[in-house]
Amino acid sequence: MGKSISEALIEKSLFLTALLSCFIILVILCFIFIEGFPAIHEYGVVKFLFGNVWAPNDGEFGVFSMIVGSLCVTVFALIISVPLSILCATFMAEVANTKVRNFLKPVIQTLSGIPSVVYGFFGLIILVPFVRLHFGGTGFSILTAAIILSVMILPTIISVSYDSLRAVPQEYREASLGLGATSWQTIRNVTIPAALPGIITAIILGMGRAVGETLAVIMVVGNVAKVPDSIFAPARTLTSNIALEMSYATGIHYNALFATAVILFILIMILLVIAKYIQRKYSIDAAGGTL
Amino acid sequence: MNSILIISGVVTIAILVIMLAYILIKGVPVMNLEFIFGQVENQGRSGGILPMIISSLYVTLISILIATPLGVGAAIYVVEYANNKRLVNVIRFGAEILASIPSIVFGLFGFAFFVMFLKLGWSVFSASLVLAIMAIPTIFQVSEVSLSSVPSIYKEGSYGLGATKWQTIYNVILPAALPGIVTGVILAMTRAISEAAAVMYTVGSSIAIPISMFDPGRPLPLHLYVLATEGISLPNEFGTASVLVIIVLAITFLTNYFTDRYQNKMMGK
Amino acid sequence: MKRNRIIASIIFIVIIIGGMLSLGFGGPERIDIVGSTSVQPVAEKLAEEYGINHSDVKINVQGGGSSLGIKTAHEGIADIGMSSKELDDSNKQDLKEYEIGRDGIVLVVNANNNVSDLTKDQLKGIFSGKITSWKDVGGSDNKINVVVREAGSGTLDAFEGIVMGDAKIKSDAIVQSSTEAVKQSVKQDENAIGFVSFAHMSNDVNAIKVGGISPTIETIADGSYELQRPFLFLVKGEPTGELKEFIEWTNGAEAQKILESEKIIKLDE
Repeated sequence: MGKSISEALIEKSLFLTALLSCFIILVILCFIFIEGFPAIHEYGVVKFLFGNVWAPNDGEFGVFSMIVGSLCVTVFALIISVPLSILCATFMAEVANTKVRNFLKPVIQTLSGIPSVVYGFFGLIILVPFVRLHFGGTGFSILTAAIILSVMILPTIISVSYDSLRAVPQEYREASLGLGATSWQTIRNVTIPAALPGIITAIILGMGRAVGETLAVIMVVGNVAKVPDSIFAPARTLTSNIALEMSYATGIHYNALFATAVILFILIMILLVIAKYIQRKYSIDAAGGTL
Repeated sequence: MNSILIISGVVTIAILVIMLAYILIKGVPVMNLEFIFGQVENQGRSGGILPMIISSLYVTLISILIATPLGVGAAIYVVEYANNKRLVNVIRFGAEILASIPSIVFGLFGFAFFVMFLKLGWSVFSASLVLAIMAIPTIFQVSEVSLSSVPSIYKEGSYGLGATKWQTIYNVILPAALPGIVTGVILAMTRAISEAAAVMYTVGSSIAIPISMFDPGRPLPLHLYVLATEGISLPNEFGTASVLVIIVLAITFLTNYFTDRYQNKMMGK
Repeated sequence: MKRNRIIASIIFIVIIIGGMLSLGFGGPERIDIVGSTSVQPVAEKLAEEYGINHSDVKINVQGGGSSLGIKTAHEGIADIGMSSKELDDSNKQDLKEYEIGRDGIVLVVNANNNVSDLTKDQLKGIFSGKITSWKDVGGSDNKINVVVREAGSGTLDAFEGIVMGDAKIKSDAIVQSSTEAVKQSVKQDENAIGFVSFAHMSNDVNAIKVGGISPTIETIADGSYELQRPFLFLVKGEPTGELKEFIEWTNGAEAQKILESEKIIKLDE
């Protein structure tokens, strides 16, 4: 009797824990919506979303160029880092021997502990001149920011995908090899599909970090509030807009920055829904392919 | 085809190691006993960074102590208990959104909510709460993946022996998923210890050593941020970054070492 | 056995945390100074020196920006707000300003740039986008890359007020968020021009004379170099007790010496 009560108690408390993160989001959301609403209301939704001019001193608060900037930077960062990190994780999980693996794993985890300011400085001092020299422009560009971000999110994607690759039961590989598949075929047709849900989780984590990264991006992206015409042009992201001006903003300008955060939220949700859709689609494929 | 894997693996790792080397080469010469165990002088131009090291460890430790049970608990619920698929999706989606909220927004929220509304003041505790909120989704997501990849044979075996659900979770599933959970905790911890934007508005930036949880402090990344952006001292900036990197390196190596040993013991090796 | 140890360690941690919580109350009187990140390093230095002879007060200096300083001082959360720009009447309200000194704003170009003197009109042309080549102001035939600070920052405000007048800064100027970031941007780009705080000026970039006057302690103090901004302490109402003592001290000889060493300049009477 006592046992089943404590079992029920444990279940209830775990349930509450699980709801906590949703509750926290609600609190944060409310807080940001309340602070951001006056700006959107006063300036107009359409003008706010699709307006091209951001000039707080003149009362212009169009964030369209920043939506484009955030999307470009994130997408390019993912294009660079996803293939690299999945290949690297596969290398570590499937090819490297135990010694190499035991050394690399903590080193890579350490890299996610380098503060973003350091990445920003590295980018500003080394990467910006490099991009200017080889691609023209000022060197402050979407490309520069994307490269820095991709390096920043590599460790996250690598370590989580590595774990999910390692979690694929050895029998799967043996069965595939037993059927005469080469090790590359096994990796491509069995191991990676089986680990795919975990890999996508890793990519989502990385994407989240890329969209939300502020202090590093600010230093290399140029923060020009204009729709970029190429990846070598400077841009401003939603996060850098918030961080840049929050220290000085008052009145409606302050509200407009919170409204920027609201847009950021919505953008993140859209990206997540897309990622989820892909995850669901491929999870089914993976299950169908291996079972 | 293996060569492609090896090449890309080596290239990626080379990029990351170059980053690490860049910081350490510039930072290690600055590091000495006085730098690590000294008090800040002249805003960080000279002297040491002991108060920052202590602040950093303090906020990180407390935030992880708060976030780990919450994150792992939520993951256990989702994997082992929840049978309402929609609820699970809501919880997952919630965690994903939480993980994607920019740290600067967390900082502003923490300032308005913990510092001002709950009147916790600029303190180690306020910052720890903000960092804990940021750490929960990472721990949750990674734990969920590793809990759900525990083979169901283990579970069935445990039930077969007459164990209750919680006993099975506690004695069989959690230990089997531990390495993955630890990865999640380390990821969260490395993020917490290197976070500047979220603590900027919540921890104060006092250069005294925080004793109580309600004292203000200045974690390493924040010190780094002030040193770097106000142009106070670039050598000391890299020195501070190196100390931070070495702390993280030590934490990850130690935890990995112990999880490996633990795992080997579990598997009877 | 193992479980007991885990439970014991959890209890141990709880006791430690409890102890720290209880220690949190009492202790020396605390002065919270909050606001502008440009004033922060100087305020820290002042707090550090003040603390040597006043162990009964603990001063906590916290960044976050001028508007945070104004807001928190106004709401009584901070004892002193820091601002690096003049307050307009709408946000002045019940705040009393104490100018601790002035900071010059220095126009900087790359060390390899041979332009060393620009008039205010030329600067206006460059920053508004009318002049786009260094050739037009006596330099090489290269495009000018303009680097500015973020909207609302004290440095930009002062620059706009004194140089730009009604003209707008061109919309494709690179925006950097700190003095050091501007300096680094100019340091690595031969065609860049930007402005930084006089207190953080260093030899790796060239200072430009404005209308023939170069920024020095003397020209800033006598006002002949016009590009400058105030460093303000804001207090709600009339300061009393420890707070009053500290503010009076910042006006004294000891504090002036510190300010001087930080290149914060007192205007000539």
